[in-house]
Amino acid sequence: MIIRQRPLHPIPSSEITPKSVFDDRRRVLKTLGFGGLAATMPLWLPGPAEAAWRPTEGKALSGTPHPKYNAQVLGQEPASLEVVSTYNNFYEFGLGKGDPAEHAGKFKTTPWTIKVEGAVEKPGTYDIDDLIKAEDIEDRVYRFRCVEAWSMVVPWLGVPLAKVIKRLNPTSKAKYVYFETVFDPDQMPGQRRPTLEWPYKEGLRMDEAMNPLTLLAVGVHGQVMPNQNGAPIRLIVPWKYGFKSIKSIVLMRFVEKEPPTSWSVANGREYGFYSNVNPNVSHPRWSQATEKKIGLNNIFGLPIRQPTLMFNGYEEEVAAMYAGMDLRKFF
Amino acid sequence: MNKETRLNWVFKPLVHAAALGPLVWLIWLGLGGQFGPNPAEFINRYTGDWAIRFLLIALAVTPLRGITGLALVMRFRRLLGLYAFFYVLLHVSSYVALDQYFAWGAIWQDIVKRTYITVGMLAMVILTALAVTSPKAMVKKMGGRNWQRLHKLVYVAAIAAPVHFFMMRKGFQIEPLVYGGIAGLLLAYRAGVWIRAKARTRAARADAQTA
Repeated sequence: MIIRQRPLHPIPSSEITPKSVFDDRRRVLKTLGFGGLAATMPLWLPGPAEAAWRPTEGKALSGTPHPKYNAQVLGQEPASLEVVSTYNNFYEFGLGKGDPAEHAGKFKTTPWTIKVEGAVEKPGTYDIDDLIKAEDIEDRVYRFRCVEAWSMVVPWLGVPLAKVIKRLNPTSKAKYVYFETVFDPDQMPGQRRPTLEWPYKEGLRMDEAMNPLTLLAVGVHGQVMPNQNGAPIRLIVPWKYGFKSIKSIVLMRFVEKEPPTSWSVANGREYGFYSNVNPNVSHPRWSQATEKKIGLNNIFGLPIRQPTLMFNGYEEEVAAMYAGMDLRKFF
Repeated sequence: MNKETRLNWVFKPLVHAAALGPLVWLIWLGLGGQFGPNPAEFINRYTGDWAIRFLLIALAVTPLRGITGLALVMRFRRLLGLYAFFYVLLHVSSYVALDQYFAWGAIWQDIVKRTYITVGMLAMVILTALAVTSPKAMVKKMGGRNWQRLHKLVYVAAIAAPVHFFMMRKGFQIEPLVYGGIAGLLLAYRAGVWIRAKARTRAARADAQTA
């Protein structure tokens, strides 16, 4: 497989917008009028702004189909958009599977910025349009396995996280990446209850974050990400249980030590930092050997039950990262 | 209309209608295709919720009589308990049939290995025993004292059900705690009555001795 890397554009620090101006760019833009546009250009854009990938009208979004991660190669049809967008967990919007679809309708995702900090050469608060480039977006069909023993085949639209991270130049001290979901109890009713420690926290080891499989997803099924699925930007780590794929990200921090994650803080006995899909290691309360494939029904109209695959079927791509590790201990 | 006809022709049908309401609603949702992409989960949660609710409703009858003095409610206690068992049956059947597709091996593994299923099954076994021994003929056959002793097991089920619910959920969730709290209150009422009765008999005995 050929992976083409777009050359980075080195920018002398003298040309980098001061952070104070950058953070305040909307007001600055308004004050300066259009003349100020050039002065507040996003960090690595060489020329005038390209068309934003986030459509202002409608929801259509497309990406380059992946030669390997597509429905043909995977051998199963993706769950429909209706299924993907009406059956999921997003505790910030309620505990039922249908709650996110019901309560996330008014969630505001524009404007959206992501704060980048820690062991990184280009910290700052980035507009999502500056982090995600329309031409980088890929269409990848992945298996998605929830820790609750259900799964789905989902066609995500997103950019490899590695691509974004490389542009941010993490330093040698960056051993892990830590993510946070937005904290906004006014918009997220679930955050008014102590179900988990809010905001939602997740993390990946650097090699996991840089693995070509790991995506920053901004869409699904040819559409921008529905609010209930973690709009506008979420992680997809297909060889790990779904809760690792943090939604509505507002913070990326590069750190030296393994960061705390919401579920391991809530119950470290049941949810580990790694949480790799593993049919041989049971959840203390249920078996992980099989899964229900939501969206793929048997003749009775009920989801089929199938064996769970090691690393959710991505063993070839990821097993080497865990060589020599006891996966029962580092679950 | 005398009291007995009113009971049999008005109140009892009303209680049956109310108790079958959740089932009718479930069927209605199913006919309308409202179960979502995972019908087994939907049905299982729904029937589990109602099983717990009816168990608590049945357990509320005695305190209700004690507090209000309304003796009539006692006539519905067995009926409500049987409805709790009815929803438990639906709950467990949906797990066996719709969730596990009758994979008995996997089901047995679940029962012995997964504490929350063990606890749930304990509640089911208890309610089954109580349902089987609920006819008046069984009370006679067993003798009132034995029958009562057996039926005290409902208190164990009242604790097991919310514990099962709490253990099944992820994170810190309030709903199972609410049910647990209600069960706690209903049991505390009984403990209070028992303690007071004990104190009274002790006092009576003391009186008898001094007299």
